[in-house]
Amino acid sequence: MRIHPRYIQRGAVAILGSATLLTILILIFIIFFVLEKGLPVISLHFLTDNPEDMGKAGGIFPTLIGTILLPLLALIIASPLGIFTSVYLSEFTKENNVTKIIRFGTDCLAGIPSIIFGLFGYIFFVVTLGFGWSILSGGLTLAVMVLPTIIRTSEEAIRAVPKSYREVSFSLGASRWQTVKKVILPNALPGIVTGVMLSIGRSIGETAAVIFTAGSSLRIPTSVFDSTRTMAVHFYILAREGISAENAYGTAATLIIAVLLVNLSAYWLMNRFIAKRN
Amino acid sequence: MNSKFQIQNLNFYFNSEKVLKEINLEIPANKILGIIGPSGSGKTTFLRSLNRMNDFEITSRIEGKILLDGKDIYNSDFDVVALRKKVGMVFAMPVALPMSIYENVVYGPKLDGINDKNKLSELVEKSLSAAYLWDEVKDRLKTSGMRLSGGQQQRLCLARVLAMEPDVILLDEPCSGLDPISTAKIEDALAQLKKEYTIILVTNNTKQAARVADNTAFFLMGEMIEVGVTKQIFTSPQKSETNDYITGRFG
Repeated sequence: MRIHPRYIQRGAVAILGSATLLTILILIFIIFFVLEKGLPVISLHFLTDNPEDMGKAGGIFPTLIGTILLPLLALIIASPLGIFTSVYLSEFTKENNVTKIIRFGTDCLAGIPSIIFGLFGYIFFVVTLGFGWSILSGGLTLAVMVLPTIIRTSEEAIRAVPKSYREVSFSLGASRWQTVKKVILPNALPGIVTGVMLSIGRSIGETAAVIFTAGSSLRIPTSVFDSTRTMAVHFYILAREGISAENAYGTAATLIIAVLLVNLSAYWLMNRFIAKRN
Repeated sequence: MNSKFQIQNLNFYFNSEKVLKEINLEIPANKILGIIGPSGSGKTTFLRSLNRMNDFEITSRIEGKILLDGKDIYNSDFDVVALRKKVGMVFAMPVALPMSIYENVVYGPKLDGINDKNKLSELVEKSLSAAYLWDEVKDRLKTSGMRLSGGQQQRLCLARVLAMEPDVILLDEPCSGLDPISTAKIEDALAQLKKEYTIILVTNNTKQAARVADNTAFFLMGEMIEVGVTKQIFTSPQKSETNDYITGRFG
């Protein structure tokens, strides 16, 4: 018997819809679970005080500093490197075996577990280059870790800019670089920003690569050569070593809110930029 | 006769496929050359070889010579960017760049280093007027070019080319997606523009060629079958293929 396409369509919509609903519910559940346990802990003192007794009491101020500095450093290093690389790969090279190998390599790198990057960072930045457990080592390691993501998402964004824009630009006497600057980058920006945002999210939440390279000092850092502890690492240590479940959730909630704020402000900035251009 | 372009023994390949065969053609200055022929006959490829837009097709290869004002544009020391400034192009699909109408028009001049506000405004008005678009957009130059209708966008594309003050304008089926009124406006603009520019118009619409072109060339399967004064091509073509095509027996 042939089922009428209308019923098949209804079935398909039901399956697609339930999948979406389930995904959203799981996300909301996780966020609410953490916020419910963590929000009551958060106070001005919690955010601005130094931890006492290994984090059992007091606040998380130094980990806020570490959480801002490490991803920031990673971003400052990885964004220009990644974006320039993707522009070069997509606009200034012809598709050949070398670019295919580079692309395959970045895809592989993007899939490597972060602890491997941590190990590499430890051996190379901490020991060989002698940076020690420090913000510098941690930032560099995170930069290496997110570089493939930035390269691949930027490249996708650049490729998504219609070919006709390039043709028009070239036909008006623009060089490749002028075309990149005036047409391609402005139009690829939303996609590039998305990739960078993903990378910030990953670096903010990273623990394995950070413990190995930036250490877990609770002192407020005074230079890039000082060790530091990020919120994610702090959360891990508090929970793993059973120091304080309460403060662990407080830290986790702060982390979630921080990521949310970073995302919201980035999208706000981007929308303003787009609105200004049109 | 003052030749703008001289095409000598031009062969063009994509991979091993020969898409243009032994083209020899002189294109006179300050005239409109219409190029007609069925799709797949090599018209667009020919047009794009005149401003080297085919360079972006990795697998393309060219033989023969294309002389612009006596200089071979495929010579290794010929400046491609300068060529494209001299030989402007309007594509089949109207593409307004995602920026304001004003910015679209000054795109070329700004690349050329012209930054003087007065000079740019002057260029914008002059170019948009010549493209028969000024009256429709003069009060909203700051709005996005993408908000214009297809017909308006195509005239914007023409204005954008005119603002570069080129010698030659290449048009690749510029009216293929346009309504009759927009088409008429573009044709009117072209009739005026030929006083200052050499115009090469590829068109699928034989009637359009008959209306606006001074000379017409007929392309078929990568060969140029015939070229001559438009009236003669349409009333007494020398070749039977031309006759078959313009009388609508194929194509």
